[in-house]
Amino acid sequence: MNTQLAELMDRAVATISEHAQELTELDQAIGDGDHGLNMQRGFDAIATSRDEWRDLALGAAVRKIGMTLVMKVGGASGALYGSFFMALGQQLPDSPSGADLAAAVAAGVDSVRQRGRSEAGEKTMLDVLVPVSQTLRSGVSDGHDRWTLLTELVNTAAAGLEATRPMRATKGRASYLGERSIDHLDPGAMSSYLLVKAVCEGLGGAS
Amino acid sequence: MSGSQAPAVGIVIVSHSPDVARGTADMVRQMVGDSVPLAWCGGNPDGGLGTDTEAIRGCIEKVWSERGVALLVDLGGAEMNAEMAAEMAVAAGHGPVVTCNAPIVEGAVMAATESSMGSDLEEVREAAEGVL
Repeated sequence: MNTQLAELMDRAVATISEHAQELTELDQAIGDGDHGLNMQRGFDAIATSRDEWRDLALGAAVRKIGMTLVMKVGGASGALYGSFFMALGQQLPDSPSGADLAAAVAAGVDSVRQRGRSEAGEKTMLDVLVPVSQTLRSGVSDGHDRWTLLTELVNTAAAGLEATRPMRATKGRASYLGERSIDHLDPGAMSSYLLVKAVCEGLGGAS
Repeated sequence: MSGSQAPAVGIVIVSHSPDVARGTADMVRQMVGDSVPLAWCGGNPDGGLGTDTEAIRGCIEKVWSERGVALLVDLGGAEMNAEMAAEMAVAAGHGPVVTCNAPIVEGAVMAATESSMGSDLEEVREAAEGVL
């Protein structure tokens, strides 16, 4: 049974629910204003479908979570986060080592990149996910201890989020605003930061 | 061009708004009547503005034949969810499916008109994308 996965997803669901209004407000500023609601719908569906994935093998459970997001979110974030979790699950063995986890996260981030036809630097969730994936990979290969690595990951996510503020959006609905997208945090980067933070805290990192 | 019994390329219209999708489908029907398999969907799984991957996949399956299915979509999220739905449909044997890079209303009308002439999927896609 995926007890730890269930605990991590509980934290993810809680943080999305807690910050749904904030995500919506960020998205109202530069997007279509549905990011909070869409994410809440998707993560609530993960919680209510828990019995369908909790007893699966770890990889299959994570893929199922991804499919739930694809089916329930109803916006681009469903396809993007759904692709992330589906690719992540595809790569995860039952008891992943740090290196396994780093490789699986990298595959997940690649999947987001392909689905969104986007790269870091375009004011999207990739501005959080790409550096987080790199920090995870280098931290594991350099042998950082768990607490240090989790702290580094949260700090990297926070810096990635903040880096979206001065960027001009070239992807998604925010790109229609051109220059006016500058000086706003990207809502997708915010949800990615919140999820990274919740998962790292769940794994025992600094809060 | 195939024989007279061959089904036409199917057309699926996907909008964030059910009203836009329905209205676009009305305009297509006015052009081509019932000669082209046509389906539409709009709205997220709760009925608000957005798109529903499962509903899109259902539309693809409804209009599917071996001639293929052309999707016309509106904004970014619709495009990504349509791609996911297309991949699932293809994996389930309901391919080929293409997403036309075209404005939804003009593209749908052009694609359906081309399809009604018995053209193949690539010709239908080119007709829609030629609108730009």
